[in-house]
Amino acid sequence: MSTRLQKGGRLIDRSTRAEFTFNGRRLIGHAGDTLASALLANDQMLVGRSFKYHRPRGIVAAGPEEPNALVNLGRADRLEPNQRATTTELYAGLEAASQNHWPSLDFDIGVVNNYLARFLPAGFYYKTFIHPRAAWKHLFEPIIRQSAGLGSAPKETDADRYEFVYAFCDVLIIGGGIAGLQAALTAGQAGKRVILLEQTAHWGGRAVVDGDTVENESAEEWVTSAVDALKTMENVTLRNRCMGAGVYDHGYVLANERLADHTPGDGRPKQRVWRIRAGHIISATGAIERPLSFAGNDIPGVMLAASVRDYVVNYAVSPGDRTVVVTNNDDAYLTAITLVEAGLSVPVVLDARAQADGPLPSRARALGIRVETGRGIASVKGGKRVTGVQICLQAGEGAVMEEIACDAVAMSGGWSPVVHLWSHCGGKLIWSETLSAFVPDSARPPLNHDGSAMVSCVGAAAGVYDPADIIAGTDSDGAATAIVPVWMMPQGAPIGLRSKMWLDYQNDVKVSDVQLAAREGYESVEHTKRYTTLGMATDQGKLSNINGLAVLSQALGAEIPQVGTTTFRPPYTPVTIGALAGEARGEIFQPLRRTPMHDWHDQNGAYWEPVGLWRRPYCYPRAGETHDQAVQREVINTREKLGLLDASTLGKIIVKGPDAGRFLDMLYTNMMSNLAVGKCRYGLMCNEQGFLSDDGVVARIDEDTWLCHTTSGGADRIHGWMEDWLQCEWWDWKVYTANVTEQYAQVAVVGPNARKLLEKIGGMDVSKEALPFMQWADGSLGGFPVRVYRISFSGELSYEIAIPASHGAAFWDMLHREGAEFGAMPYGTECLHVLRAEKGFIMIGDETDGTVTPLDLGLGWAVSKKKADFLGKRGMERTYLADPERWKLVGLETLDGSVLSDGAYAVAPGTNENGQRNTEGRVTSTYYSPTLKKGIAMGLIKNGPDRMGEVVELNKVDGGTVKARIVDAVFFDKEGEKGNA
Amino acid sequence: MHNPVSALGGEMFEGFATIREVGPMGMITLRCKMDEKPLATTLKKLGFSLPDQRRISHGKDRSAGWMSPDELLLILPYADVAATMEGLASGLAKTHHLAADVSDARAMFRIEGEKADQVLAKLCPVDLKTLAPAELRRTRAAQVAAAFWAQDGGYTLVSFRSVAGYVMGILRHAAAKGAEI
Amino acid sequence: MLTLQCPYCGVQADETELSPGYEAHLKRFGPGSTPEEFESYMFARKNPKGVHFERWRHAYGCGKWFLAARDTNTLEVFGTYPAQSSAPPADLIAKIKQKRPDWEGYK
Repeated sequence: MSTRLQKGGRLIDRSTRAEFTFNGRRLIGHAGDTLASALLANDQMLVGRSFKYHRPRGIVAAGPEEPNALVNLGRADRLEPNQRATTTELYAGLEAASQNHWPSLDFDIGVVNNYLARFLPAGFYYKTFIHPRAAWKHLFEPIIRQSAGLGSAPKETDADRYEFVYAFCDVLIIGGGIAGLQAALTAGQAGKRVILLEQTAHWGGRAVVDGDTVENESAEEWVTSAVDALKTMENVTLRNRCMGAGVYDHGYVLANERLADHTPGDGRPKQRVWRIRAGHIISATGAIERPLSFAGNDIPGVMLAASVRDYVVNYAVSPGDRTVVVTNNDDAYLTAITLVEAGLSVPVVLDARAQADGPLPSRARALGIRVETGRGIASVKGGKRVTGVQICLQAGEGAVMEEIACDAVAMSGGWSPVVHLWSHCGGKLIWSETLSAFVPDSARPPLNHDGSAMVSCVGAAAGVYDPADIIAGTDSDGAATAIVPVWMMPQGAPIGLRSKMWLDYQNDVKVSDVQLAAREGYESVEHTKRYTTLGMATDQGKLSNINGLAVLSQALGAEIPQVGTTTFRPPYTPVTIGALAGEARGEIFQPLRRTPMHDWHDQNGAYWEPVGLWRRPYCYPRAGETHDQAVQREVINTREKLGLLDASTLGKIIVKGPDAGRFLDMLYTNMMSNLAVGKCRYGLMCNEQGFLSDDGVVARIDEDTWLCHTTSGGADRIHGWMEDWLQCEWWDWKVYTANVTEQYAQVAVVGPNARKLLEKIGGMDVSKEALPFMQWADGSLGGFPVRVYRISFSGELSYEIAIPASHGAAFWDMLHREGAEFGAMPYGTECLHVLRAEKGFIMIGDETDGTVTPLDLGLGWAVSKKKADFLGKRGMERTYLADPERWKLVGLETLDGSVLSDGAYAVAPGTNENGQRNTEGRVTSTYYSPTLKKGIAMGLIKNGPDRMGEVVELNKVDGGTVKARIVDAVFFDKEGEKGNA
Repeated sequence: MHNPVSALGGEMFEGFATIREVGPMGMITLRCKMDEKPLATTLKKLGFSLPDQRRISHGKDRSAGWMSPDELLLILPYADVAATMEGLASGLAKTHHLAADVSDARAMFRIEGEKADQVLAKLCPVDLKTLAPAELRRTRAAQVAAAFWAQDGGYTLVSFRSVAGYVMGILRHAAAKGAEI
Repeated sequence: MLTLQCPYCGVQADETELSPGYEAHLKRFGPGSTPEEFESYMFARKNPKGVHFERWRHAYGCGKWFLAARDTNTLEVFGTYPAQSSAPPADLIAKIKQKRPDWEGYK
């Protein structure tokens, strides 16, 4: 059984107890424990069930490579699924629950899959997707959905806060082992700006666990003095609990700092994502030990050899009293030595190699540990925990020579350098025969913006393991770390054993599955990965990839480098979505643009509509009113009395200079250069294809100044469009622009009583004579400085009044106060739409969709025939756009007075080649007109203007069609008398 | 006359740094080639001095910030805007330029305290350590455009007025107690 | 996530401060141009693996458009230059040729 030892544990504080629960059971650990070490200390060997077969699984590793020990951590608004117990720091009150079992961890009904294993082979999902088709939906999927899966998704809003921080440095070092510390010392002493990141809470990596000697000191002493030295350097930033997640273009690195994971609710951000720009990145990310593929290598109690060492040395936890060590390299002997020195029993070290004479094997033998070379494990005995191993010849087929009782197995298949960060942005790998591992190919690094190498690797990440080599910065000759590759144990294992050799613990992929994939023709490692799901679990194959690759290459009879690796993609370990969202949650999820009158709207019951990032009142429903009723009331009130609209979102751009007129003539389809000072003109803008892009009223301010109004939400785009042409095409033209959209609040005062209100307020002459339709004037109203435009988007007598934004709210208040006697009411965007549709005014985005020309909309009068050139002129000349059969704008009036559906199509006889009903047009705007008391619509109909009076059929959302007559798009006040009043 | 109202009415937040919305502040966008001779003299007459590339120059109660090769942001007391606009119009009458009052189009914030830089570091992709003393940096703060510079032991940040509430929100978040870097 | 130096304000700008403008040095064809010329202006776009010239705007910075030469494969940036250029500067072309001897040159 696994237990806490009486002595030792360099990371735990025995004086501080931490009570926690696992599946509701109360357990005790110590400060400094990880959840994994605390579970093992309580003999909780079984921690989860595998994904497919629901086999019992225990802790395998002690770091981020752990595939099995995933838990639901916390609860309610602090519940996080799929947290690795090995990287979860223990704290008092921690609640953890195992995943993927039903009904309980100890008794899991899904384990029946285990006995059906030969019916659930590699590619099971793909195969059942194909034959029989119905079986997937009705049979397999419901069962699989019930029994498979990882943790449960949290249902409550995350209680925690997250944030980003942008950081910059010359050298970013990822990994706080001795290689990383040494790199930081070197760079720091050279005066570089350095950031050093370590994913765990502790510095020193493996060296401090393994008791290495570094520069004649113990690793522990060396690390302490290195960290102390770095802390004194102002140019060095040290961060632990901070995982280098991904390397991207031009030295951009994302790192995730776990600030309060171990102190939940202490007020700090839970996690912080570092967005780092580094001149150079040094990956000191170490190496990950590989499992060995022998039958039963997934039974709880089978662990990585170095991880066993971690538990004993760091946490004083022994995974078992009797541990069999099985290896193909010298390093695992240190585990045997460590165990024996801790007073535990190592019945045998099984070494697959023919010889083992290095210093560590010699030390082990000197301690009296039995060492058997040329031997391996035929099979591990046990169910929910290891009970023993059967020993065989590595070179044979698994004939059992001896059975040894034990309660743990420490395995080592060699080490794989963590080359993820090197590879994320294109660094290439080479296969090292000596190390039996992929190592970074320093001749083919990922490149920085200047073409220089962006990343370099040091220490174990580069395949250099000897502390002396790491400190000296020399390449290791590899002699000390040489291993004999063992991809299967025993080498000639029959299918019965091979189908019990696990490669990917989390996704239940076995040696036999990869071999099957190879037999079925999967030669590419990327295809095999997807077919078998090898390496596709949350651990992204940290333990399984190289072993799986080697099995595939053997099955294909190819060399490992020829088969290649799958792609390494960020993040290195999973990062929670909350961290990646940073501050963008709740109120500050997205910028909300507010007009100066926003608060008034809010207080007066506005029902909001998003318009770009703006929020505009859609309508102002009164008590008991539906939105429709509110809109109708607003329309009738504006037509009969007085409506007030917050039009502040309208874009306003000043264009000024000797060439401004010429410039605007290029930008608009009609003439703007000949607009008289003091007057306004409606204009259209097209893109170069001749399609409508924006519209608005232009006012001539003085001899060389124009003010261009754009659509709401179009201001930034059109300002950018203007600057693009001025900077990139006509850069010798003397024109300046300024986007002054937000400088002004703008209010439309609309309706028969509009003039009465302004005259009451007083301050300037707004009479028909002094300020006729389509003119503007500067002045003051009620003591406010204003610019008044006589323009109308409603057909009513209308003044649009611009006022500095800092006075907007007060001015708006005054209009309501003084306008009460004239029936003033605010109106929203929907009322605005109805008013403009009754008048047949187009709306960019309704009547246009990026494929509609001014001519399609009957706006030929606003397209100059005199001008030699303007943006979109050449595009409009294309034969396709001159086709008389194009869909063109008309009004539509249903015969029964009903309101057409938004976007309804006009159906035509026959069907197209896809068997769909032919169409001959579509509805672009459709409303109930309270003024006319019937449905009105605008639409684009094939050849429409030539078909006045014809009846077309338009489809309905719920099936069927409705008949509508083609009419003039101007439904109300065709002579325009009201607006000119 | 009516008093102008700033976007947030002087909202304030005390975290590990202090955030204050300030204003209303007078601001003028001036577009003009920097090497036009009348520019420097006109600015001087109006109490400003021509800033170098990416710098802000401070006068008695006013500043001139370099926004682009042909754009300055003049910052001055709100009440002085009209007179300054007139001064620019006459001084630059024969020079191709555009001057626009943008006082009401902007919101201005002060970020103060020993760790004020940390607030900006969380929101702006800018290397604050390499920022020159009088550097005006245009960038983004989270999702919106912003400009800032170091001043009086803290930072002054300018954004568009319509997003003032959003900017206050992200500044509060970044400056929250316990969130020191 | 590229960084490009804005030639107008000198900032080494993060990609999130920039907005892209696609291929540089397009020749505008207006009224009177042939369908082929208009097509070349409007639609025909290069998509090289290697040296490419692009338009970028320092949208969150000084607001200026500029041009950049970079390798679309390695993301190496050869240089940036003002938008008021009808062809890449000669010294930039020479620098690219030196770094990419196989490059067919600017056309």
